Amino acid sequence: MNIVVCIKQVPGTTNVKVNPETGTLIRDGVASKMNPFDLNALELGLLLKKEYGGTLKVISMGPPAALDIIREAIYMGADGGVLISDRKFGGADVLATSYTLCSGIKAMGYFDLILTGKQTTDGDTAQVGAELAEHLDIPHVANVTHLEYEDNQMKYISNLGEKIVTAKVTTPCLVCVDNDINTPRLPSFKRKAELKNCEDLIKIVTFNDIEDQDENHYGLKGSATKVERIFEPEKRSDKQMFVDGDLTKKVYEILSQKKFI
Amino acid sequence: MGLKINQELVNEQTGKALQELCPFGAISYEAGKLDINAGCKLCKMCVRKGPAGVITFEEEKQEAIINKDEYKGICVYADIEQGQTHKVTFELIGEALELAKVINHPVYVLAIGKDIDANVEEILHYGVDKVYLYEHEALKDFDTETYTNCFADFIRNVKPSSILVGATNVGRSLAPRVAARFHTGLTADCTKLEMKENTDLVQIRPAFGGNIMAQIINPDHRPQFATVRYKVFSAPNKVSEIKGTIEKVKINEEWLKSHTTVLDVEQKPKELDISESEVIVAVGRGLKSVNDLGMINELADLLNGNVACSRPMVEAGFFDSKHQIGLSGKTVKPKLIITIGISGSVQFTSGMKSSDTIIAINNDPNASIFNVANYGIVGDLYEIVPNLIKMIKEGKQNV
Repeated sequence: MNIVVCIKQVPGTTNVKVNPETGTLIRDGVASKMNPFDLNALELGLLLKKEYGGTLKVISMGPPAALDIIREAIYMGADGGVLISDRKFGGADVLATSYTLCSGIKAMGYFDLILTGKQTTDGDTAQVGAELAEHLDIPHVANVTHLEYEDNQMKYISNLGEKIVTAKVTTPCLVCVDNDINTPRLPSFKRKAELKNCEDLIKIVTFNDIEDQDENHYGLKGSATKVERIFEPEKRSDKQMFVDGDLTKKVYEILSQKKFI
Repeated sequence: MGLKINQELVNEQTGKALQELCPFGAISYEAGKLDINAGCKLCKMCVRKGPAGVITFEEEKQEAIINKDEYKGICVYADIEQGQTHKVTFELIGEALELAKVINHPVYVLAIGKDIDANVEEILHYGVDKVYLYEHEALKDFDTETYTNCFADFIRNVKPSSILVGATNVGRSLAPRVAARFHTGLTADCTKLEMKENTDLVQIRPAFGGNIMAQIINPDHRPQFATVRYKVFSAPNKVSEIKGTIEKVKINEEWLKSHTTVLDVEQKPKELDISESEVIVAVGRGLKSVNDLGMINELADLLNGNVACSRPMVEAGFFDSKHQIGLSGKTVKPKLIITIGISGSVQFTSGMKSSDTIIAINNDPNASIFNVANYGIVGDLYEIVPNLIKMIKEGKQNV
């Protein structure tokens, strides 16, 4: 089975703020780690590969610095990775991001199964997986808590909150993995030492390497949505602050005044 | 279209300033040359706030791709599963009615399923103009492929201008699939919507993974897709008279082909859903040890409420993810929420800021949670919480 796992580099912290005086963004959240939800998809992929054989590669879209998470994935056990990186891909919304990933995956060749995490911790949209599947014209299933391979089909359990669905889907397909499905392994120092140099296992795909050469399909141009403005979240004007005195009593009074106690 | 570097204006001073300014570290200044890498998110901070003229934004005038007048109506997807209409559906209908007023458009509801006549009848009591009903035995269980096909047929025939979908498990699978099929925009988890007179839907949500909000539009594509969480908007009142009609759409067998075969559907016992709680005590990183959860639980019990948490608590293994409030958790709108030791990132506050009464307890006077709180208590939770528990217990005895 040939498996592709989609991964993304996200900020280590989420403390990007707007400086109220200058209106500039305060940089404190530069991308630095693998999206934690992607680790669950990668772990599942590695387990499936061990069980059924085949290859596992990761794919990511981002700046050159995102090579770090591809190396991390390889140290965890991936056979290789692709980074789609080009300024032409910058400023992409969900539509353009999923289309670019689709182009990159097509450039990688044949696959049976694409795995994605539940969502990213920076965009938090949880929509790229489904859009990617639509562009690739393959079925997708989400909220998956169990996955196995059976007669060219993936048998899965999907936890939809009020019900649990057991079903089968034919390959090739895309599966969005729930974060409760497993506990991801750590990168292996042994593998890192054995590989010494993993750069041969990594390929960088730029605009020139993909089939669809219409620039209007990528990045800002390929994005249907446009950001009109960014602003700080509204502040409440009627708030009351209490910094000293008997604070407990204050809370108690508010609670009893509002009839919660 | 894109950023253009005017190299003749680049020097040590402007180059370094821009490198420093970029919030995504995408601008580098080396050996007298300024470069922008693929980390650029086109936030245009460098254009607006950088040294004048060094980086400019070149806009290409795009040919109008669509005729916006051809698209009419605000559509709400009715989330009906196992015979139950998800309450987010009514909240979205309420919002759609408001948005439609601005541009004098009708409000439609799209319903897909099997034996859902009663649900559709009820929906008509919320003031919608028309319900389009796709009903078939094969549509009994949600399936992304069959439902997407029906949805696509609806869009081709009705050409709605905007489509609102609840960000439920079903909505999060269905909306992106349909939006991608029509190569149109989708904004996930909007926290506020507005309508422009030219029918552009203004969509507001937290962005760039930070404490900032983005106002997003979809100017050159139709329909415009937005998903919205449960408990972000308020449901309108049910009215007795019905003005709308139901149109049953003839199903084409081709739409019912699927690569998925359902083997078993197991109903789960109703789990705690903090979205439904009227009183919530939420705890965050300010809590030092898992052992201290005892007092948090006790306080929640005394207030007849539920316990919830911010993301770090789930990552630390203190809580199950179903207790999590925020963009990667649940959205809540209780009558009362007390946040304890939560700093209040926008990811968290987006999930609770519409609560009726917000009391925030945090020892950092600058914590952003105080921007959304009605009552900000700057103090040590380890003093306040135990004392409060004692005081409430004593108060109860005195009654």
